[in-house]
Amino acid sequence: MIELLTYPFMVRALIAATVTGLAAPAIGTYLVQRRLALLGDGLGHVAVTGVALGLLTGTSPTWFAVLVAVVGAVGIEIIRERGHTSGDVALALLFYGGLAGGVLITGLAGQSASRLQEYLFGSITSVSAGDVLVTAALAAVVIVACVGLLPQLFAVSQDEEFARVSGVPIRFYNLLVAVLAAVTVTVAMRTVGLLLVSAMMVVPVATAQQLTRSFRSTLGAAMVLGLGTALGGLVLAAYLSTLQLDVAPGPTIVLLSLTGFALTWPVGAWLRSRHPVSSEVMGV
Amino acid sequence: MSPLIAVRDARVNITGRPVLFDIDLAVDSGEFVALMGANGSGKSTLVRAVTGLRPLARGQIELFGTPLSGFKEWHRVGYVPQRASAASGVPASVREVVTSGRLGRRRLFAPLLKTDRRAVADALDVVGLTERVSDSVATLSGGQQQRVLIARALAGEPDVIFLDEPTAGVDLPHQHALAESLGVLKERGVTVVLVAHELGPLAPLVDRAVVLSQGRVTYDGVPLRDDDVHVHHHPRLHRHDHTPHVGSPLDSLQRERR
Repeated sequence: MIELLTYPFMVRALIAATVTGLAAPAIGTYLVQRRLALLGDGLGHVAVTGVALGLLTGTSPTWFAVLVAVVGAVGIEIIRERGHTSGDVALALLFYGGLAGGVLITGLAGQSASRLQEYLFGSITSVSAGDVLVTAALAAVVIVACVGLLPQLFAVSQDEEFARVSGVPIRFYNLLVAVLAAVTVTVAMRTVGLLLVSAMMVVPVATAQQLTRSFRSTLGAAMVLGLGTALGGLVLAAYLSTLQLDVAPGPTIVLLSLTGFALTWPVGAWLRSRHPVSSEVMGV
Repeated sequence: MSPLIAVRDARVNITGRPVLFDIDLAVDSGEFVALMGANGSGKSTLVRAVTGLRPLARGQIELFGTPLSGFKEWHRVGYVPQRASAASGVPASVREVVTSGRLGRRRLFAPLLKTDRRAVADALDVVGLTERVSDSVATLSGGQQQRVLIARALAGEPDVIFLDEPTAGVDLPHQHALAESLGVLKERGVTVVLVAHELGPLAPLVDRAVVLSQGRVTYDGVPLRDDDVHVHHHPRLHRHDHTPHVGSPLDSLQRERR
């Protein structure tokens, strides 16, 4: 078992899991704060088209996914800001367009569905050294921005109008959150796959906030949980494979993360019952 | 000297429909002004226009003698939005929400300075929430959350503060606490512009009342009694309370018993 962890492909997988486990919950905390928990899902679907374009042109699916996801994120943000279409309908349109376009283009490229499946559900153990480098660099950008710009991103996500009257350039920070989310989607693509990306962004945050009282501690705890479940899920899947069980790392990571939530939720419910929200009326 | 706030011939449209007409208003430094009027009279819209949240269809607004389009000194402006709750999707402590009020005065990537911490502590002291600083805002009552939002605006040490319906849905003891906090600001010489349906315990603080009706200023002068603002067509036997102190019938019993 220990020997397995030292294989080069496994070392690359461990590195990818580490950076994804840290970056996804970092941006995910802001998405949950703005009640955009499903944005990661929408961007994941859009990125499928990017992957397919990469396969079609015979270039890098990763960079095409980054490009298309960023364009999609900026589009969603503009729709959200204008408020013309309701946000969830705009997201839904992107879900279907992205996924359908991706499957169609993959077919045109003459690639099999199994090639696309690597990106849809992740294939962390087949990550190349170059992919690890790109993933780590992008994840580093996401983590530095999410932690370093915490005061700005917190204020903009907490109360956009107040931030605006404080003179904060809210459009810039809103776009930054959207772009960081898009980058994170492609970072997590190889680890858990585009269809499960959002779980790594949202579940650790949902688990962390069962026990936390502040934003900073939620962000920190979510990153620790994300790291723990990403590494734990990968190692667990590797261990089960030594027992001749064919277990994919991506779903294992997500299910481990959900187990963490299921175990923490009763504790959170108990804590909340001890400090109930005051019976006073909450507004009008 | 130019007034702190100057609104000239301002018109605001919302989805093409005019909501404010020909508004002219000047507020001097140190004044405590109440913007009053019925629901839909445009009083909140006027505050949103002055804080740059609503674009003007016509006219001009100046803050500190600078047209809004070129105004950069937003750290001098405090804004308390009309909000039922200060909570969001992720827990946030009282300290974090109040500290976000310092943003206009902080540099990028800079840690909190001693002056920032002092301003936050002072703001919490003014609203009387010092001992709740580590609690999640979601566990606070509606009145306390309103005071957190006021502390957030105070933390930026503004020269003028706009409050949009700070007393709406807040029970009487919390209204008195609010009046005390605003009294401290008034003593410090901060200009206060307050949107209110009814003044209640804030009445003694108000220097000047501006009454809006259907998008126009219909009165500007010494504060009126609440009864004079709302014209009633029927003789009434008792004073009617426009802002119910409770939000649902079930809560009233509980409050009476306290």
